[in-house]
Amino acid sequence: MKVPARAPFARASARGATALALIAAAGCRGIQSALDPAGREASRIAGLWWFLFWTCTAVFVVVTAALLVALFRRRTAQSADPKRGRALIVGAVGATAAILLLFLIVSVSAGRAVAEPAGPNVLRVQVTGHQWWWEIHYPGTPDNRDVVTANEIHVPVGRPVLLELTSADVIHSFWAPNFHGKKDLIPGLKNTHLFRAERPGVFRGQCAEFCGLEHAKMAFTIVADPPEKFDRWYESQLLPAAEPATPSETHGRDVFLSSPCMFCHSIKGTPAFGMEAPDLTHVASRHTLAAGTVPNNRGNLAGWIADPQSMKPGNHMPPMAMPGDDLLALTDYLESLK
Amino acid sequence: MFLAAALAAASLLTACRKNPRRLTEAAPSSGRPDAVQQGSLQPGPKLAAMNVTNPYEGNPFQISEGQRLFNWYNCSGCHFRGGGGIGPPLMDDFWIYGGEPQNIYATIVEGRPNGMPSFRRKIPSSQIWQIVAYVQSMKADKPIASPPGPREDHMQSSEGKESK
Repeated sequence: MKVPARAPFARASARGATALALIAAAGCRGIQSALDPAGREASRIAGLWWFLFWTCTAVFVVVTAALLVALFRRRTAQSADPKRGRALIVGAVGATAAILLLFLIVSVSAGRAVAEPAGPNVLRVQVTGHQWWWEIHYPGTPDNRDVVTANEIHVPVGRPVLLELTSADVIHSFWAPNFHGKKDLIPGLKNTHLFRAERPGVFRGQCAEFCGLEHAKMAFTIVADPPEKFDRWYESQLLPAAEPATPSETHGRDVFLSSPCMFCHSIKGTPAFGMEAPDLTHVASRHTLAAGTVPNNRGNLAGWIADPQSMKPGNHMPPMAMPGDDLLALTDYLESLK
Repeated sequence: MFLAAALAAASLLTACRKNPRRLTEAAPSSGRPDAVQQGSLQPGPKLAAMNVTNPYEGNPFQISEGQRLFNWYNCSGCHFRGGGGIGPPLMDDFWIYGGEPQNIYATIVEGRPNGMPSFRRKIPSSQIWQIVAYVQSMKADKPIASPPGPREDHMQSSEGKESK
C-alpha cells in the first residue's frame, strides 16, 4: 500500500487545528465569558472588542500582503524614486494615526455608554468581599425588607442593578464578565458598578484580584430572572428559616445551635446571628457551596461540615468532628432551609 | 566562600520555619486540659505544678488568627483591645483567675462569675488556643515576634462594613 510520507503528519496537524479552533470558539460561549454578553454593558464592551479584533485582523492582513509584495516584486527604476518612498511612508503613518484615532473615539464612546447614570428604578445591592466569599445584601425599602445572602446575586432582567462594593479585609475584585468589566472591592471605600441584565440565565463570576490562599475558590453566581420570578425569589428570601418538619431536622437544628456553627453563621428565626460567615437562612436554595467551590448537594454539604479544610484549605471554617447521626441530622436540617 | 554561601542558605531556610501553620487542626473538643489547677491547696504531699504549654505560644500566624477571633467572637466587646472596660484588662499583670495559659483556656471554656460567659462547645479548642496565644502576646513584657497582622490594627476588618 502506498501512502504519501507526509500524510499522517498533515492529518494530525489538521486535527490539531480543528481542535484548537473548536476550543477557541468554545471560549466565546459560556457562563463566564466576556464574549457571550448577557447585559447591556457587556454588549458594548464585547462590541468594542470585536471592532478592535477585526480592525487589527484587517491591518495584519494588509501589512502582511504589503510585506509579501515587497519581498517578491522586482526592484525597478521607479521604486528607487525617493518621492514615491516618502509618499508611501506618509500614507502608512497617516493610516496608522487615523486607525488609532478611530480606536480612541470608539473606546471613549463605549466607555461613556457603559458609565451612563442608573436612573430612578435602580436595584441597589451591597456586595462585601471577605476572605474568601461574597456577602450579598439587598437593602430593603421601605424598611425591614432587607435580604442577606452569600455568593449568589439574583437580578431582574431589564432593571439596572447598582452594586455597592466594599471589603471587610483585603482588596478583592468583582468580575462577572457576562455583565461588565472588573471593579475592585477596597476596605473602607465604596465603589459602585452598574449593569443591566438583558437575558435570563445563570452566570458565574470570580474574584479578580489576588486576595490570599483561596483566591481561586472565591466565585459567585449571578442568576438573571424575569422580573416576576425575581420578585418571587425576593419574597421567599424575606421569610425566616423554615421550621424543622421531621425529628431529624429538629435534632439537626439543636446540633447547629449547640455547636460552634452559630457563632459565625446566622439563621433568621433562630438565636444564631453570627455575622462573620455566610448567612444560612436559605442555604439550600443556593447553587453552590463555599463560594462556588462545589455544587450544593447533600454529599458536598456533609463533607464540607465535616472537613472544610480538605475542600478549601486555609478558609476560616474549623473542622467539626461530630457523631455520624448528628452530622446527618445537621445535613437534613440545612437541606430543609430552602 | 562556599561556607558563607552555605551559612546564608541555612539562615534562609530557618526563616521558612518561623511561622509554622497547619491547615488541618484537631477537631473541637468540649473538654479542658487535665492539668488545670485553680487553687494552691491540696491534700497529701505537694505535687509539682503541672503547667500546660500552649502549642501556639509565640507563633505569629496563630497569634494573628487569635486576634481575628478575639474580634469575631466579640471578646473585644468587653475586654476591648486588651485594656479592659466592661471586662477586666488582659494586658496587665493582675489575673483574678490565673494568667497561665491553662487558666486562660479554662476561663474561656468555663466562664467566670460576674459576666464572663462560658464558651464551652462554642469555640473549637484549636481556636481557643489561638485566642490564648493572642491574649498572652498582649502582656507588655512579651516581645512581639512579628507584627500580629499583615496590616496595622486600625486597617483590619470592620472598617469596610461600617462604610456601607
